[in-house]
Amino acid sequence: MLSRRIIICLDVRAGRTTKGVRFGGNEDVGDPVEMAREYYEQGVDELVFYDITASSDARDILFDVVRNVAENIFIPFSVGGGIRSVEDMYRVLDAGAEKISVNSAAVLNPNIIAEGARHFGSQCVVLGMDAQKTEKRAAIPSGYEIWINGGRTPMNLDALEWAKRAEDLGAGEICLNSIDADGTVEGYELELTSLISGNVAIPVIASGGAGKPEHLRDVFRKARADAALIASMVHFGWYTVGDIKRYLAVEGIPVRQVI
Amino acid sequence: MIAILDYEAGNLRSVERALRHLGMDCRITKNREDILKAPRVIFPGVGAAGRAMEVIRASGLDGVIREVVRRNVPFLGICLGAQVLLSESEENEAPCLGILEGKALRFPDGVGKIPHMGWNDIVPERRHPVLEGIDPKAQFYFVHSYYPSPSRGEDVIARTDYGISFPCVIGRGNVVATQFHPEKSGSQGLLLLKNFCDWDGRVSPC
Repeated sequence: MLSRRIIICLDVRAGRTTKGVRFGGNEDVGDPVEMAREYYEQGVDELVFYDITASSDARDILFDVVRNVAENIFIPFSVGGGIRSVEDMYRVLDAGAEKISVNSAAVLNPNIIAEGARHFGSQCVVLGMDAQKTEKRAAIPSGYEIWINGGRTPMNLDALEWAKRAEDLGAGEICLNSIDADGTVEGYELELTSLISGNVAIPVIASGGAGKPEHLRDVFRKARADAALIASMVHFGWYTVGDIKRYLAVEGIPVRQVI
Repeated sequence: MIAILDYEAGNLRSVERALRHLGMDCRITKNREDILKAPRVIFPGVGAAGRAMEVIRASGLDGVIREVVRRNVPFLGICLGAQVLLSESEENEAPCLGILEGKALRFPDGVGKIPHMGWNDIVPERRHPVLEGIDPKAQFYFVHSYYPSPSRGEDVIARTDYGISFPCVIGRGNVVATQFHPEKSGSQGLLLLKNFCDWDGRVSPC
């Protein structure tokens, strides 16, 4: 049976992994290459690296990280943050990533999804979405609005409409981040996850809010997520990947056993 | 030196990295002489069947692949490299290499989300040297919308369930191919690649 995937997210700034709360202050939690290797050995299914620095100098540091990770771990990983063109995508894939995640750039220029899919295949293109609950209104019928620039700029764009459009444009997967839940460690936004996952035919990764294994159980069971993104709960040493997978297996959720 | 066939498909370098990690000498190449000299050949790839076959034909790689297969050199196809070994693909209605009779088929609607993306079990139908020592609980990483369906049952080595049961390892003689990505399947994927590197291209009759 296809396992539900557990994906660890590493936010990388100037070559270090950081962890913030609600896009706020950040704490240094370690070296991304060493962390990637440790999580690989613990049995994580996939990794995501987000470049959270804006400067182009820092981007070269990220490419070093990506190359180094690619030589040492043999599971899929994606890279996001600041990817604006097919050339940016090519560099990331060439450095060893499996997939590229586009977020703000895709909202501003949706064609980048189609271009990426045409050049590299849909399976390489992940649409990252930051959504926040809001009053339902004409432009936002689902009650969830898309924000860009790391959750700083509302776009008056409906999250569900955007997800469907991205699927039509050729996105292979959606990484759905709840701005409300992000960094709270109080659980995923189940309503949002269920809404998107139930209305697109491509896999949906739930993101934002994971603090304990019960949260993953709920997002898989109640919100039909195909994969769950986690960060704090492993970065701060509260749980290992093995702890989480053992819990989920006992709860009857199909997960890949660590061999 | 192992030849990794270069036909402008993605994902060549991850195979190269995995082989280097195993201490194997390998090269990504489209050079006919290099490929024909190689003691074993890997045919990886992601992308679309139609485009891949165009590049393969235009570069003359189809003839080279047939020659490698004819010479009994151990040959490993991965993902798209498994599908295009068949006679044709439903993707782009592309005529393929025809090394194994059969078709690459699209998953029918209703099986689940497409692409089939993530880690799934494999259930062997017969013994094969590349599967030697693989833990029965091991899962492998898949990402695909089409799957290989050889006409001859004896060309199916292992199967996977995703709404339907489909062949995930196929082969005959010195040719073996996986729909999943061993180079992205952790330690058990690396073991499969190592088994391939140790294989003489023979299968015992069973």
